[in-house]
Amino acid sequence: MKIKNNHKAPKMSLDYFYQWWFKVILCVTFIFLYAPILVLIIFSFNDSRRNITWRGFTFKYYEKAALNDGLIDAFINSLTIGIFNTLGSLILGILTALLLWRFRFPFKAVYEGIILLPVVMPEICIGVALLVFFNQIGWANNLPWPLSLSKITFAHILFSFPFVAIIIRARLATFNLEQEEAAFDLGASPGQVFTNVFLPHIRPALIVSGLIAFTLSLDDFVITFFTSGPDTITVPIKIYSMVRFSVTPEVNAASTILLLITLCAAGIALWVHRAKISRIGKL
Amino acid sequence: MKNPIIKIEGVTKKFGIKNALEEIDLSIYEGEFFAIVGPSGCGKTTLLRVLAGFEVPDSGLLFIDDENMRNIPPNQRPLNIVFQSYALFPHMTVLDNIAFGLKVTGVPIKECYQRVKTLLKLVKLSGLDDRFPHQLSGGQLQRVALARALVKRPKVLLLDEPLSALDAKLRNEMRQELVRLQKSMGITFILVTHDQQEALSTADRIAVMNNGGIKQVASPTNLYESPSNKFVADFIGSINLIKCEVRQIEGELCAVTTGLTKDLFSIKGKNEISVGQSYLMGVRPEKIQLTKLTDIDQYDNKLAGIINNITYLGRSSMYHVKVSGDENVVINVSMSHSDRSENIDLCIGESVLMHWTAGSALLLEDHDP
Repeated sequence: MKIKNNHKAPKMSLDYFYQWWFKVILCVTFIFLYAPILVLIIFSFNDSRRNITWRGFTFKYYEKAALNDGLIDAFINSLTIGIFNTLGSLILGILTALLLWRFRFPFKAVYEGIILLPVVMPEICIGVALLVFFNQIGWANNLPWPLSLSKITFAHILFSFPFVAIIIRARLATFNLEQEEAAFDLGASPGQVFTNVFLPHIRPALIVSGLIAFTLSLDDFVITFFTSGPDTITVPIKIYSMVRFSVTPEVNAASTILLLITLCAAGIALWVHRAKISRIGKL
Repeated sequence: MKNPIIKIEGVTKKFGIKNALEEIDLSIYEGEFFAIVGPSGCGKTTLLRVLAGFEVPDSGLLFIDDENMRNIPPNQRPLNIVFQSYALFPHMTVLDNIAFGLKVTGVPIKECYQRVKTLLKLVKLSGLDDRFPHQLSGGQLQRVALARALVKRPKVLLLDEPLSALDAKLRNEMRQELVRLQKSMGITFILVTHDQQEALSTADRIAVMNNGGIKQVASPTNLYESPSNKFVADFIGSINLIKCEVRQIEGELCAVTTGLTKDLFSIKGKNEISVGQSYLMGVRPEKIQLTKLTDIDQYDNKLAGIINNITYLGRSSMYHVKVSGDENVVINVSMSHSDRSENIDLCIGESVLMHWTAGSALLLEDHDP
């Protein structure tokens, strides 16, 4: 087949790539999105206290960050909250998804909408609401660690379990109920049906949604800000307070580590999702 | 007489106000290839689900091998199902899929795999043990589903529209395969299908269902040659139905008028008919001969008409003939191309004479029982 070069309108979608304006848009969006982050990462290796001009390469500030007790505590808090949030949102999310998938009841559509509302609700509203709520019910503030994190954990479960519910609900929609009946017919007990047929089907969705819940919790600032106390600092809050003193490369280093953890979690989620599609996709 | 392996007594099942099953009585015998046919929504799938235990009947009794199945859950009934969607487990290999039913009931792993291997050979799938379902073709999936249901050596195998996802050629092959498997294993097969051709070509006996009830249970030949009512006659194969009225009864034969011509038609009658009553005369398309209009005096049962349309079917053609006298009545006539006499020109618009013997026409009630 001959391709006519004098044709103005490209015929295949790939042809658009060779138009100059297409490349410009691609470059501009990439720069817009990632240039600040790239600068952040580069300057975390800057051998300068004030971090305004490049003074040479060093790992010094990573060491400094690693020796900063406040920062380490914040990381431990963040990871603890992240893990409990993941477990909590998975349990609530699975139950919600099962409820929406398996049963019919009056006002189901309304219920579904309300459940998913935290996804679109402004975080600042949730944050303020939780602050007022926890004060009103008189939630104890001086609990020992890790119970002191319970307030933040509950707040995080609140906004991350709808994401879990959405993902698992979507996966459940592709479940062939005849598979369950087939297993039952072949002599399996309800428990065996669950572990041998049902669980393997939703496993990819469990992994993906769990990692998403973990990332959401790890990165959250607004809601955490309203629910944390002086003893329950998380990484984003800690970084924010460090910035208020001065922007040293230590802040960059801490941010880079946070970014790395987030990227890893998101990367695994994406990889699992892809693997699932290519294996199950054909059937 | 053989033992009834399945005995259904007065089973009724309602969904809302609709009767899915109405007072079903049915016995299915050991080692039989039994088929349940009917149009969609006739209750055949509900009946299958009642047998398997996925639906609980509102009333009535069900015995499998003389054991009352009330309160016995699906996982403890001595029967297995081949599902319409196959319902294979996508995350298990062929081997694990088939072994599933043995594993969950605690059969030692070694014995499991041995039995699966033998069965794989029987369904001609040897060498595919470690494939996943998404790596198999439609026909292979079908065989895996069959093997998975047969591995526990059930007393009864239920097949729910098992061949509907296959192409015509493969479907034909699998029909013969099913019959071969059934005969070699001696297991009672119950095939549920909407495809009457499938039922006729595989089953020893067939139950025809409509509106939640069983209309007739008979062997394929009996079902086709002497259907007991209008629904069965129309559903199994195709048939021309003409309104008629009985004028005279003479021994086995009776004479009827149709209002289409002045001629009387003779039909082999049945018991309990009386003069003056309205019936339907049913004639199968392939029992009618087409000939020249000039031969009119040679035949007893005859109708003149004009060929309105022709459907070419390969081995034969279906001629749609408008009856002279009533434009609205169209008679379908099937003639194989080799049978066609040379001296008649069968084209659209041609006037022809249709005739048939008294024995090939059926007298049917005008209303459904």
